[in-house]
Amino acid sequence: MIELDGLTKRYGTKTAVDHLSFRVRPGMITGFLGPNGAGKSTTMRMMLDLDNPTSGTVRIDGRHYRELDEPLKYIGALLDAKAMHGGRSAHNNLLCLAQSNRIPRSRVGEVLDLVGLTAVARKKSKGFSLGMGQRLGIASALLGDPEILMFDEPVNGLDPEGIHWIRNLMKSLASEGRTIFVSSHLMSEMALTADHLIVIGQGKLLADTSMADFIQQNSRSFVRLRSPQQERLRDVLHADGFVVVEAGNGTLEVDGASTDRLGELAAAHQLTLHELSAQRASLEEAFMQMTAGAVEYHAHGTGTDVHGGAPAAPGPAWGANSGWGAAPGPGSGPTGEGV
Amino acid sequence: MAAVPAVLQSEWTKIRTVSSTVWTLASAVIVTVAMGAALSALLKSSFDDLSDLERATFDPTFVSFSGMVLGQLAMVVFGVLVVGTEYSSGMIRTSLAAVPQRATFLFSKIAVAGALALLVGLVTSFLSFFLGQALLGEHRTTIGADNVLRAVVGGGIYMGLIAVFSMGVAAMLRSSMLSLGILVPFFFLISQILSAVPKAKEVAKYFPDQAGSKIMQVVPDALGSEKAPYGPWGGLAIMLVWVAASLLGGYLVLKRRDA
Repeated sequence: MIELDGLTKRYGTKTAVDHLSFRVRPGMITGFLGPNGAGKSTTMRMMLDLDNPTSGTVRIDGRHYRELDEPLKYIGALLDAKAMHGGRSAHNNLLCLAQSNRIPRSRVGEVLDLVGLTAVARKKSKGFSLGMGQRLGIASALLGDPEILMFDEPVNGLDPEGIHWIRNLMKSLASEGRTIFVSSHLMSEMALTADHLIVIGQGKLLADTSMADFIQQNSRSFVRLRSPQQERLRDVLHADGFVVVEAGNGTLEVDGASTDRLGELAAAHQLTLHELSAQRASLEEAFMQMTAGAVEYHAHGTGTDVHGGAPAAPGPAWGANSGWGAAPGPGSGPTGEGV
Repeated sequence: MAAVPAVLQSEWTKIRTVSSTVWTLASAVIVTVAMGAALSALLKSSFDDLSDLERATFDPTFVSFSGMVLGQLAMVVFGVLVVGTEYSSGMIRTSLAAVPQRATFLFSKIAVAGALALLVGLVTSFLSFFLGQALLGEHRTTIGADNVLRAVVGGGIYMGLIAVFSMGVAAMLRSSMLSLGILVPFFFLISQILSAVPKAKEVAKYFPDQAGSKIMQVVPDALGSEKAPYGPWGGLAIMLVWVAASLLGGYLVLKRRDA
């Protein structure tokens, strides 16, 4: 269990991490999500006592990091892949770390085997590719067989095979009852791996929720309609008790309705439809909307938030995210023109 | 608390598994011994050309250590790299995550590297002495003569302390390049030049290398060199103050700054 209490980091007048308080619980993967520059890495460095917080505390099983006896046996971390001496072999880099925490020498070979680097164990680590460096970093995190593991952007720069491997590794580590804390700036990656989600933007906590709740709350499903008789269509929908939102470009959006029902309603009133489609907002959009708010809050009316107003984009949102669940249900897809 | 013997062992592994350790320390030995031998041979053949003052204060021990002016630079590079590569490689974060107690980490590293530098320094000074004396012929001295053993052991201590001083500076500056860019010109040029400039040399006497090198002289003010307001042990004490200051500064930077 990791507990953050009012953790704050200021650099001069800039606040990188702003009163963060949350818990990372054992037996699950906690995703730590935020856009680039949100303060994820700074937070993780403070958790490891590498950076000094301006205020607030981090406790690991109730203790400060510096009070841990041989910390690699409690908590293993992958911060950046190249945090090793390039002139030293992979084996020797790990041996230095193992010896400092009285971890048996044999464990070095074990973790190298686990991450698949046995064949290059005696090679200097400066010749390693990004993926190999990432694997070496993960080996160093696993060295002390710790109960808590932290990974900062572990899939960055990895090929699909490597990404798949890390996902499965994290899942199997969590299933052994360990605490896994993993940061990412990709919602789609988190949706695939995390059980719990902590979202930050501009150093502030934006969400602390289970993944299931986040998906349920944020993947809004609605029906999009387009008609040359827009005014009449809206009146008809209103009269039938639907909440209608004008989405621009002459389209209407109706929450919590089926395409069947709306199609029949339009037919009954002899209204021409140019579009009738079930839509589902992607989690990526929900995430961007959430963090865009935080960005705008700080960027006092510069008018152009970094996400370029993506949430309002009229494109086919249902397909923007692959993998974690294309919109189910009848009538999905931009079909049903001219009913 | 991380156990100190475990951290010492870890730091020893770090030092012995990088190639820079071997080439810097080998350079220190070879350059110092070779240059000392060359100057000893040169002075033997040109002894009669020396001034009366230089002949009166001729110090065969100090002559055999002439190579230290250059050899100490290799010790500077060794000291800087031991600490500096932690920063240039990004290893410092991994190291501090493993040993979060800053004092244990830094002083274990410096203890191991400093002990190695001292050992290599002693080997260097004994080799320089015996080879130098052999080449000085009839102008030689012996290890049993008054104060000679103190000077030879002192030469080894001097080289070790130069390395430790450099480690402290590298910990303060957190960069190998910056540290070398300051220390190498300082020891090789600035200190040497200032010690020859009137007025400035009064200050330069208290520089770590100028003060510390007095321990290597058997004859006070050897070879007509500048008179110092302190003796050999006083000079070493001044150097120790510099070393202590650099270590304290290095520790405070490591403790206060974000890694």
